[in-house]
Amino acid sequence: MEIAVISGKGGTGKSSVTAAFTSLLKNVVLVDCDVDAANLYILFEPEIDEKTSFVGAQKAEIDYNNCTNCGICMDYCRFDAIKIENGKIAINEIFCDGCQLCSRICPEKAITMINNDESLLLSGNFRYGKMVYGRLAPGEENSGKLVNIVREKARKIAEQNNSKVILIDGPPGIGCPVISTVTGVDHVVVVTEPSLSGMHDLIRTVEMTENFNLKTWVIINKFDLNREMSEKIFEFCNLKSIQILAKLPYHEQVVEAMVNCKSISEWEPDSDFTKIFEDAIDKVINS
Amino acid sequence: MEVEKLVNKTIKIAIASGKGGTGKTLIATSMFYAIQENFKNSVLVDCDAEEPNSVLFFKANLQRSVEVVQKVPVIDTDKCTFCGKCHDYCAYNAIFIIPPSRIIKVIEELCHGCGACSVACEYDAITEKDMEVGRVNVFVSNEGFNIIEARMKNGVMTPVPVIKAAHKYTVDKQVVIMDSPPGTSCPFIQTVVEADYVILVTEPTPFGLSDLKQSVNTLKTMNKNYGVIINRAGLGDKKIFDYLKSEDIDLLAEIPFDKEIAVLYSNGNIVAAHNDKIKILFANLFESILERYGNSSN
Repeated sequence: MEIAVISGKGGTGKSSVTAAFTSLLKNVVLVDCDVDAANLYILFEPEIDEKTSFVGAQKAEIDYNNCTNCGICMDYCRFDAIKIENGKIAINEIFCDGCQLCSRICPEKAITMINNDESLLLSGNFRYGKMVYGRLAPGEENSGKLVNIVREKARKIAEQNNSKVILIDGPPGIGCPVISTVTGVDHVVVVTEPSLSGMHDLIRTVEMTENFNLKTWVIINKFDLNREMSEKIFEFCNLKSIQILAKLPYHEQVVEAMVNCKSISEWEPDSDFTKIFEDAIDKVINS
Repeated sequence: MEVEKLVNKTIKIAIASGKGGTGKTLIATSMFYAIQENFKNSVLVDCDAEEPNSVLFFKANLQRSVEVVQKVPVIDTDKCTFCGKCHDYCAYNAIFIIPPSRIIKVIEELCHGCGACSVACEYDAITEKDMEVGRVNVFVSNEGFNIIEARMKNGVMTPVPVIKAAHKYTVDKQVVIMDSPPGTSCPFIQTVVEADYVILVTEPTPFGLSDLKQSVNTLKTMNKNYGVIINRAGLGDKKIFDYLKSEDIDLLAEIPFDKEIAVLYSNGNIVAAHNDKIKILFANLFESILERYGNSSN
């Protein structure tokens, strides 16, 4: 079973929720798909036994020995990545999309594509099972592709270890890394907060999960900070026939737990707060 | 500081953070509000095109909404010989082909609109059509200020074309404040590439610190000027302060954790409009950034 924890808006508590679930499950494959801001390794300190570099996008590079400054590449580039700088054709790496068209049409064969292979796929043991995560090189593109590679690796590991649950911590937003994170999972848990922006982003996120026909649950974090807004979120979920999986009150110990590199369910295993997570994960697993 | 000295300076400031939910939008909306008295020719641009919500904080009317399109190929199967050259040219695996069965399909969601397939085709079988990838919405607030919103269409893979399009609506403005998407990948890059200065917002927790380091490393490769605001100061631990000191990074401000601020914000209020301390903090911070990093317009 694959469960993905996401949230349109960032900082609603995705990773804290995922961490709490993780330490309540045994023999889990934990996957951090927030590849440009992976955090769960901080709490769970996995012993990395496999590290592979990943070829992300390619970038075009000009060989000035062969370039005649004809400018044909500039005419074909649709990403505004080729300009004349100081009388010479120059490629802007930031705008280059790696489509390779310039290198194909250059009559002098003066443009080559360079692999960017600084992004990493990491995996290893941790105290509740196996962990897999990706780390995107600074400024790298193609995070969706890295998410796919991370998930493929997780499935393989789950099979080898007879792990029944793959638990995925997703990135914020609704674009390609998120779509890659939720494609084909059995359950999506959306973590939101009772604010006007939280509500707005939840609606867009649910639109996205509906498009992909995914079984969706909602957790409202810090619901007591704004009860009126929480009511509106309940109404919206009702209307969409989405089950509220949990209502979490504002709880100062969540930050304390994080600072001490523990999940909240490890930090206070017998608290009422942890009980909410136990009930929630049981509900998902047994549905 | 004398505002008169600053009238000839222009600046683009991006408010960004690796970790989501650290307070980017709170700071962008408050800073935009705080400078309106002294800088009439200012615009707020919401570049978080996947989840744009800055405009929710203002009383503003939609002035116009412009469609942003991307080219996608259309294959004429009568002319197509199923040679596969377009498939070979496509760097995004957006063309699916089974030559023996005479099947060829464009997977529009994967297409980046680069035009390589059209160049590849020797049989004149590929034309292109426009596909909507989002909109740029131009709002006018009750106070007469523009707010530009980049809004990606739901289901589209990348917000980058919409963000690029939104940047075009900021010419002739003295001050541009940009609310950036979270993370450090392409949407973040396409936003901060336009900025003269980047304000990184973080919180004093292990997650906040880890993501801040990644943002700093990315901005270093881009040679950008930047400083850090610590939001919800008082929670968490002190490690982030040690990091800033050891890396010699400017700590621009600390915003204490305050339930009142959280409630104001959650109801869709601009915090600076209800809290004078925050308003003065951002007005002063903005002016010092403009003085140090602004461009002379003459």
